[in-house]
Amino acid sequence: MQSSIEVSRQPAVRYLLRIGDTCLIQAQRLGEWCGHGPVLEEDIAMTNMALDLVGQARAVLTRAGALEAELGGTAHDEDQLAFLRDERDFLNLTIAELPRGDFAVTVLRNFALSTLLKLLWQRLLDSSDAELAAIAGKALKEARYHQQHAGDWVLRLGGGTDESQRRLRAAVDLLWPYLPEAFESDEVDDEAFASGLGPRWADIADAWHAEVAPVLDEAGVAPPAPRAFRSTGKKGVHSEHLGYILAEMQHLQRSHPGGVW
Amino acid sequence: MSPAVTPGTLPGPPAEPTGRAAKTTEWPLWEVFVRSKAGLDHKHCGSLHAADPQMAIQLARDVYTRRQEGTSIWVVRSDQIVASDPGEKAAYFDPMADKVYRHPTFYDLPKSVDHM
Repeated sequence: MQSSIEVSRQPAVRYLLRIGDTCLIQAQRLGEWCGHGPVLEEDIAMTNMALDLVGQARAVLTRAGALEAELGGTAHDEDQLAFLRDERDFLNLTIAELPRGDFAVTVLRNFALSTLLKLLWQRLLDSSDAELAAIAGKALKEARYHQQHAGDWVLRLGGGTDESQRRLRAAVDLLWPYLPEAFESDEVDDEAFASGLGPRWADIADAWHAEVAPVLDEAGVAPPAPRAFRSTGKKGVHSEHLGYILAEMQHLQRSHPGGVW
Repeated sequence: MSPAVTPGTLPGPPAEPTGRAAKTTEWPLWEVFVRSKAGLDHKHCGSLHAADPQMAIQLARDVYTRRQEGTSIWVVRSDQIVASDPGEKAAYFDPMADKVYRHPTFYDLPKSVDHM
């Protein structure tokens, strides 16, 4: 059994892990639809998007692992970071790890997250970290498509049948309480903002609402009233669901260290 | 004298789907044409099911251009295509078999002329 790695706790590394891990875990959830999509064409579309997100996660985790060494710690590669980290060291938004649910939950989460990621990548084009800016340039095009694809589905479900409207409403009620976490900044964000590494996530909240609200409105669903509940995935404290994802994702590398295709 | 042309048969309206299994057949079929690079023709590459034009374009992108095959996509509802009648194949195409003089084989094309 391969033991876990010790990950740098430098704010800049944690800033990158939040992005890379959100992509990675969302990819894992989207990938679960492989072979189970409602129609063959949509099955391929969802797994395409999952692969885009895996590619983004690989690039960002690779950069995070190199940055660990630049900041005086031990360097790690993308595989070590993906497969040999403990749950507490994963910093994805909790919303990404929630079970994939029905198709409404999947497309609504994809819409919310791809909008968030698109806005992040747009601002990361100007990152003081040249490699992160280059990753953003490529990822931005992918995120734009994901947002368009998922947004169209939100409208279709909203304007479809009573059943699709009901499911979309249930998805909003389930997912929306997990979104405030994304837009609350802390010392990790402050330091990234000060160094020019990237924006404070709180600073993209208005842009996110401006893009999401009209779509929900047109789909005929309203977000639930704000609640005091806050998820804490970004800080490494997760829901009960992440452990199961990691068990599945990490099993092979933990049991057969260094195993390759 | 009326021209010896038989228009292709337009399919009638599809039968109303019934039962659970019919759900996935409700979406109409679309033919997909992909242009591989600027200057070339759009080529037919397959078909797919989609609910509307927007979805058809998006799914065509995901199904038929995922290995960088395209720079442009057309989709056409399959039931909008008028086809020649296979039964008229002999009358339509066989008379051209012995008319070699219609082939411009007497010209040498410059090497720089591609895709003729």
